[in-house]
Order: sequence, then structure tokens, then C-alpha cells
Amino acid sequence: MNLLIQLSYFAAAVLFIVGLKRMSSPVTARGGIIWAGAGMVVATLITLFWPDMHNYGWMLLALVIGGGLAWYTGKKVAMTDMPQMIAIYNGMGGGAAAAIAAVELLRGDFHATSFQVLAVIGALIGSVAFSGSMVAFAKLQGLMKRSLVFPNQQLINLAIFGGALLLGLVLMGADQPAGFAIFLFFLLALVFGVLMTLPIGGADMPVVISLYNALTGLAVAFEGFVLGNAAMIIAGTVVGSAGTLLTQLMAKAMNRSLTNVLFSGFGSGAGAAAEAGPEGSMKEVDATDAAVMMAYAEKVIIVPGYGMAVAQAQHKIWEFAQLLESRGVSVKFAIHPVAGRMPGHMNVLLAEAGVPYDKIYDLEEINNEFSQADVALVIGANDVVNPVARSNPESPIYGMPILDADRAKNVIVVKRGKGKGFSGVENALFFLDNTRMLYGDGQEVAGKLIAEAKQL
Amino acid sequence: MIEGFTALYIFMLAGFTGYEIISRVPVILHTPLMSGSNFVHGIVLVGAMVAMGHAVTGVEKFVGFIGVMLAAGNAVGGYVVTERMLEMFKSSKGAAK
Repeated sequence: MNLLIQLSYFAAAVLFIVGLKRMSSPVTARGGIIWAGAGMVVATLITLFWPDMHNYGWMLLALVIGGGLAWYTGKKVAMTDMPQMIAIYNGMGGGAAAAIAAVELLRGDFHATSFQVLAVIGALIGSVAFSGSMVAFAKLQGLMKRSLVFPNQQLINLAIFGGALLLGLVLMGADQPAGFAIFLFFLLALVFGVLMTLPIGGADMPVVISLYNALTGLAVAFEGFVLGNAAMIIAGTVVGSAGTLLTQLMAKAMNRSLTNVLFSGFGSGAGAAAEAGPEGSMKEVDATDAAVMMAYAEKVIIVPGYGMAVAQAQHKIWEFAQLLESRGVSVKFAIHPVAGRMPGHMNVLLAEAGVPYDKIYDLEEINNEFSQADVALVIGANDVVNPVARSNPESPIYGMPILDADRAKNVIVVKRGKGKGFSGVENALFFLDNTRMLYGDGQEVAGKLIAEAKQL
Repeated sequence: MIEGFTALYIFMLAGFTGYEIISRVPVILHTPLMSGSNFVHGIVLVGAMVAMGHAVTGVEKFVGFIGVMLAAGNAVGGYVVTERMLEMFKSSKGAAK
């Protein structure tokens, strides 16, 4: 039996790596998750036959409750809410790693001190990932609106982290750690995760979720060492390093360094005040004129943002794009790396509406094409097309790579009202001479554009 | 049992593997891939089951129960959302295989 278990874990590790590899190309991605899923099923089933196990009844109950709830919520969640769902599932993984450590510490039956050390480190990381992810979820879900900033915050955080670390050291050294110390250790670690995440603004959340994803991976790997479980070590480490790289890529796409994200409340004070209002005025256009402008254009580039997804306008926009294409207009979609709430989130939302992925272009691929486009249709995007990021070093978003929509011959901006973007910065694009504002709810406006285009 | 340097070597090699897998990924797949890697660390379920299976006292069993429940949520939820996202990736030149 033991050999069979080891073989199954080996197979699972291979399937995970192949699965992840396949997930890194759009053509094979679909199969990738199925490979990885098969690995998970094999590993889980064979674990039921692990020698000398008890508590099967409760174990199955826990499996059914946890799995069932996740299945239900996962099937039901809207595509726009995906980032916070990932956060919550990730937090659960971190919590599970911490729970393993807790059980092992309570039993106090370690083969060597090195395992005890790894168990404690994994517990610390897992707990932080758990409580931090839950805060990230609450923020993105809108349950927690403001970033909490209080005086001496970083000092207090540091003190709590130090306390957790100190208790951790005590636990590492103890022969049979006291229950009370274990409890206090986990409590401090959990509180630290909450406090560390509280001051981080909503716009930076994706980077943080990705970081916690990597941390959970590491925690899982460490607990894998403790349990002598190779599948956990390999899967956890792969996720840990892949997640770290992914976090860096995301932070880079947003032109923020990781330390910047973690240790400064965004837009809270510095920079936001130093900004002068752009000159000129906003000029309105109605749906009829906008539709005519695009229907007789040669080349239209659509720049969708999170606002479009919130208005659920992506289906209508794609229908409109198809109408334009049937008239011989070349239509492309330009996606900013952080459009939506996470890199790649907007691609998922467009894919949901049926837009083929070869019509969707990255920032680098399309930025040169804006100058040849007759119309850039900006819908629900704001900060990612703000030319201030190129021109004004005073602005908090200066240096962020943007889509050069302002270089198109005409720009049509679909927007609900005259508000500012997520970062709270005024958008100079809206005040340019070649920009026209088309006010209204994204879905309604798209409906009107379709109706007008059909009449032409 | 995997001990000492063997463990360290596994750790090192797996670390590079993860780095290599991600390093050439197009931006459009960042979110699904993060979700996919989130699913992969759901393997913690295996460890949670073993830990619970060896729990003796009431407290240990309770913590083990929570662990298995959370881990199952990680694995199942991670799979469901990743699968839903990837399902939608189609090319205009016929369905993706």
C-alpha cells in the first residue's frame, strides 16, 4: 500500500507540473486544469488508504462541507467577482496549512527539531495568508470600504509580528509546547495578517492576493516537509516560486514596487494634493453621431475597462464590434495589463462575452497602432488611458504604462458621470480637443450604438 | 521520510520549475494561471487528511476537522473557478483544443 501511495503522489506531482505548463498557453490552457484536477483526485483518493488513520467519519463530513460549499460558490460567482473568490479559496489553503501545523504542534511528536522549525514557519506564513486573504476578500467585495490607517501603524504591526516570531521561537525549542503558547502564537499571526492587509488600497489588492497565493504555496511546502509528503513539497514550492514571479509581473504592470504596495497606503496624502486640474472642457457627443463616426471609420480600437464589466456591457460591445466588422471596419480590443481588477481579468470577461482571443491585444502590441486608428472607443476605463501618466511627474500615477488612446484621430469615452478614476486622479484625456464624451450606463449606450449602427 | 539535503534539492528544483513555467506567460493568462496555481496548492488537503487521521485529543480532532474543511474548499473552489475561466478561451479560428 505504501508503495502505491508514493506512486500516486509522484503521479500527482507530475500531473500538477504538466497541468500548470499547459495553462501557460491559451491553446492548451483548458486541458491544463483537467490534468491538474486528475492529479488532485488521485492524490486525495489514495490518501484515504494511508496506514493507521482514524476519524474517517468526521473527515468525510469535513470534505463534503468544505468541498460542497466551495463547489456551490465557485459555480455561482460572477466573472467580475473572480479576484475576491480566488482570494478566499487561497486563504482557505493557507488556513489548512496552519491547521496541519497546529495539529502537529499539539501532538508534539516530531522526528527532528528541523521539522519542528519548519512546522512553525509554515504555520506563521499560512496564518498570515489566511487572515490577510480574508481581508482582501472583504475589501474587494465592498464589505470594507476604506483603508484603515492609524498613527504608528507600522510600529504596531512590527511589534505584533515580533511577538509572533518570538513565540514561534519558543515553540520551535520546546519539547512539548504548551497549548496556551500555541494558541497565542496563532492568534498573533492571524492578527498580523489582518493588520498588514488593512492599510492596502483596493487598487493594489490583486498584487497582494497574488503574494498571499505564493505564501500559501510556501506554507504548504513547509508542512509537506513536516509530514514527509513529496506531493505537497513539490506542488507547494512550484506555486511558491511561480506565485512570486507572478506577483512581480503584476506589480511591474502597475508600475508599483512590492514594498511600495505593502508599506504605503495608496493616494493617502502625498501626491494627490500636488495635482492641478487639466485645462479645457469636456465635450459631449450623442450615440447617433458616435455610431456614424465608427461605422464609417477604417479602424476602431476599443479600450474596455472595469466599468464596462460592472455595467455588464461586454456582450453588447462585442455585438457592436461585429456589426462594425460586417461593414468592413477593422476592430481591435486593447487591454491594459491591469484592466479589470487583475492582470488578465479583462481578457476573461471579454472571453465570457465570446470575443476571440486573437482580437485582443496587449499594451505593447497595440500602442503604436493608436495613431493610425480613426476612433478609439474608451468604455469604462479611466486611469489606464490618462496621458498624465506620461507627461506630469507630479501625478501619483506618473510612470505607469498607459494605452495611448489620446493619439487616435478621435476618442469617444463612454462614462457614467464626470467622476474620477480608481486612483482619484483627474483624467486629462477627457479634456482633449479630439475627445468626445458619451455619457450613460455602459450597457444602455452600447444598446443605442447597436440600434444606430443597424439603421445605417 | 524525505530528509536533509534530499529535501533541500527537491525544494531547489521545484522552485526553478515554478519560475520556468511562469516566465513566458502572456498577460491574458495571468488571472487564470494565478487561479490555477491557487488550485494546485489545494494539495494541502492530502496533508490535512493525514494530520486529522492521526489526531487523538478533542482539540486536535477539531483543528484537524477545520483543516480538512478549509483544504477541501481550496481544492474544489480553485478547480471550479479556474475551469470556468479557461472554458471561455476560444480562438476565432475554430474552437481551441
